[in-house]
Amino acid sequence: MSDIDYAKGVLEGSPGAMARVMTWLENEDPRSMSVMREIYPHTGKAYIIGITGSPGAGKSTLTDKIAQHYRKLNLTVGIIALDPTSPFTGGAILGDRIRMSDLSLDPGVFIRSMATRGFMGGLSKYTSDVIKVMDASGKDIIIVETVGVGQDEVDVMNIADTTCVVCVPGLGDIIQSMKAGVMEIADVFIINKSDRAGADQIYSEIEYLVAITSDIKKRTWDPPIVKTIAVNDEGIDELIGAIKRHREQIEKDESLTEKRKKRIRQETLQIIHYELFRMLQEHILREGRLEDMVESIMNNSETPYSIMQKIVDDVIRFRK
Amino acid sequence: MADKKIKVIMAKPGLDGHDRGAKLLARILSESGMEVVYTGLRQTPDMIVNAALQEDADVVGLSSLSGVHNYFFPEVVKKLKEKGLNHVLVVGGGIIPEEDVPGLKKAGMAEIFGPGTSTGKIVEYIKTNVKAK
Repeated sequence: MSDIDYAKGVLEGSPGAMARVMTWLENEDPRSMSVMREIYPHTGKAYIIGITGSPGAGKSTLTDKIAQHYRKLNLTVGIIALDPTSPFTGGAILGDRIRMSDLSLDPGVFIRSMATRGFMGGLSKYTSDVIKVMDASGKDIIIVETVGVGQDEVDVMNIADTTCVVCVPGLGDIIQSMKAGVMEIADVFIINKSDRAGADQIYSEIEYLVAITSDIKKRTWDPPIVKTIAVNDEGIDELIGAIKRHREQIEKDESLTEKRKKRIRQETLQIIHYELFRMLQEHILREGRLEDMVESIMNNSETPYSIMQKIVDDVIRFRK
Repeated sequence: MADKKIKVIMAKPGLDGHDRGAKLLARILSESGMEVVYTGLRQTPDMIVNAALQEDADVVGLSSLSGVHNYFFPEVVKKLKEKGLNHVLVVGGGIIPEEDVPGLKKAGMAEIFGPGTSTGKIVEYIKTNVKAK
């Protein structure tokens, strides 16, 4: 199949074409580029929901239940489920699908597991491109489930229209995590496993956080706090309702447009950066120059900075 | 281009609940640098094949310790072919009697790794035989 056929396949929603393009994106296969150019004009329709929180909070189960609710509303869903790559072996166990068995045969749902491959921040380097493939294929809702995060992996807020932060009771003194980071990015707070001891306490703590933030910042949206027991499918209706209200708010006050503009700005710079660096790196590696550079730094005849300057000067001279 | 990773679906078809082997192998394969989608228990052949399709899998690993391999393993191979996934390497393991192996291979299984197979051998086999796509 030529590259154009893959683009056509994506636009028609063919899972095989979508899956192959996603692999090309992850492998930085140049064949993905013409497909992305072709499908880009068909993106921008899907609504993107980010689900993030600490490991074990129930993100996968929540994603499964949320998707099922959207399916009942006759909306199609794309799911990206992320898991970490081992920094030692380069491999990964992608175990989020296991919680989504009910969806695995639904033709209106496309689930893709992705490993972070060393990218920090909770996502993979290629998450936004994979989102675009799902978007172009016609999915109404795209849910991005991040890896289990700590305090400051907040990249999800840049790719999602509504970011949901999942907390669970009993994780210790939560005041510590209120300082900055993940607790700041929530459009909706979810207290999952809310049948456990400490659920009311964590509810009050987050309520307090939301209240003092509203005093400090002028904002049009106060994140609601939704209690769920995802395994029992409890609280999911309220959660869908909260996401819906957020969406209505940001569409009305145009902050969604602002958000998407900011996203385009960042993505464009990023895409340019990645491609330029990829070309440069390929060139340096091809001629064995990187090893020579490392040698010269080790024997003190160069520093990383002097090498950088030489390369930059080379590039500028070449451009002229 | 970035590093290509071998993508594996590790599945237990049918009602077999003995998942230690599958989990161990998922671990071992990921430690050799592969990305392993562990789909867990009670998978039907349709579910396994759909996962392989969406994940663009290079390998499907099937585990059976309850004697259902002669039904399920060829079913998975058949359904993979029906979806046009002819390049996928299908391997199996668990409690598989020696005398069943030729029939399974004839049905399209690439290799069967019975009890006692060294995990290093399994990794080597996959890395050597995975097909370009």
